[in-house]
Amino acid sequence: MKLDLMTDLYVFMLAAFIGFEVIRRVSPLLHTPLMSLTNALDAIAVVGAILLVGAHKSTLSTVLGTIAIVAATSNVVGGFLITDRMLKMFKSSRAKKP
Amino acid sequence: MQASQNIIEITYLVATALFILSLKWMSSPSTARHGVWAGELGMVLAIAGTLLNHGIVDYKWIAIALVLGTIIGVPLGMVQMTAVPQRTALSHAFGALCVTLVGTSEFYLRGTDVSRFTMSVLCMEVILGSLTFTGSLMAAGKLQEVLPQRPITYKGQNVVNLGVLAIAVGLAAYVVIHPGHTHVFPFIVGIPLLFGVLMIIPIGGADMPTVISLLNSYAGLSAAAMGFVLDSKLLIVAGALDGASGFILSLNMSKAMNRSFSNVLFGAFGQEQAAGAAAQETRNVRSASAEEAAAILSAANKVVIVPGYGLAVAQAQHKVRELYDALTKRGVDVKFGIHPVAGRMPGHMNVLLAEADIPYDKLLDLDEINGDFPQTDVALVIGANDVTNPAARTDPGSPIYGMPILDVDKARTVMVIKRGMSPGFAGIDNPLYYLDQTLMLFGDAKSFVGDIVRELGSAGHN
Repeated sequence: MKLDLMTDLYVFMLAAFIGFEVIRRVSPLLHTPLMSLTNALDAIAVVGAILLVGAHKSTLSTVLGTIAIVAATSNVVGGFLITDRMLKMFKSSRAKKP
Repeated sequence: MQASQNIIEITYLVATALFILSLKWMSSPSTARHGVWAGELGMVLAIAGTLLNHGIVDYKWIAIALVLGTIIGVPLGMVQMTAVPQRTALSHAFGALCVTLVGTSEFYLRGTDVSRFTMSVLCMEVILGSLTFTGSLMAAGKLQEVLPQRPITYKGQNVVNLGVLAIAVGLAAYVVIHPGHTHVFPFIVGIPLLFGVLMIIPIGGADMPTVISLLNSYAGLSAAAMGFVLDSKLLIVAGALDGASGFILSLNMSKAMNRSFSNVLFGAFGQEQAAGAAAQETRNVRSASAEEAAAILSAANKVVIVPGYGLAVAQAQHKVRELYDALTKRGVDVKFGIHPVAGRMPGHMNVLLAEADIPYDKLLDLDEINGDFPQTDVALVIGANDVTNPAARTDPGSPIYGMPILDVDKARTVMVIKRGMSPGFAGIDNPLYYLDQTLMLFGDAKSFVGDIVRELGSAGHN
């Protein structure tokens, strides 16, 4: 138990450092799609909600969990969709790649 | 049994790697779409893996919820580009809602059988989640103009807000120390809901880029907290990435306004407005017609267009594209200078101009463009105000003193398209308008740019 916790903290710390380094390199051009993309990725919380509803432990958890899946899924679908729509629009004036 | 559990864990591991790659590919517009695909693949893998879990005894509600979420998600993914800021705020609200609801369920399922650490993280999860939920809904409402955009401030506001949050944190500490007192929990969820509303009330439209980024960061951190509660490393990583991204963007935004986080959140701008506006005096401005503007533009070698939120409001991006085409055809070098806080969220202007098919290599950031202004013949300001205010450089008494601005006043001629002489969102008078080289073009951004394009066209036929 104690060990798991320490591992989780290490994972969090490393992921935060990776996040800082990777995201610092994102061009300011793409900050809006970046935000909608991270939002879609963040909706991975849906897996927690799925396990909760699937286990069917109480009526409360099933009801709340179902709403949670709806909210997160709409972020996944909507987030990826709009990010791709935005990125498709970014074109360079230089020679198009083949 | 053990084997399938391993498969699930491996799908999570692969999904985590894909998520990191996804963000890495966002570094350049040429690879960014790969990033979306990597993210999608990771998401599908993780969800498919989860559905294999033996702990799931009932798929009915999961299936209904997934379908319903998709039905809601598709229209949210198809909104107009001008509506992206409010859509983003709304999706922060949905993400936070999911986290809060799962956290609440976990609390009641686990009862007193949790470690103090897990209980603290769980409380953090629901506090961050619920304040992000209502805060983001409020932000979306303000951006959609369902709610009044102007900041509403009153005396002692910060004390009230912080007090409310302190009560929630205090109750959380109480539950951590005395796990049996479950009756306190509804308040730990409910009070931050109130705080989220109170937090956004003093925020004005011009502060939205910072606030949206900050809410993004909170949504990420609450998801990471949920990862700790569920012992899901995938969720911890995704939450940490989202949190880091929101944090970097909010730092960028507040740096671009020369203000600290606390200054944005605790709305000092509201009080300083009066002083700035009072200094206004009647001075002469020079105005010009579309015909004159077209003549000056077509005689120029280098033009820098500076767009602001007014361009988005007027939906002028497609007319600006026509202007760009007309000038480029005449051999004029046209670039765009984009301030980080132009618009209502980070990168908002870039998306609108990209939508109008303006090549992204013509869209330059503050640092990239500022050195160009002394060699620029015409700086054309469309719907931007405070981000071009030279008082930020020269007048220590100005409320925006020290804020990095686009140095349009260094261009040979400055043209400003504006509806009238009213000051900007921050209520600060702009000395730029009274300079000798400045021409005011009064009118609606879209129709005025259209008029200039028409004049350029007719001049071309002569």
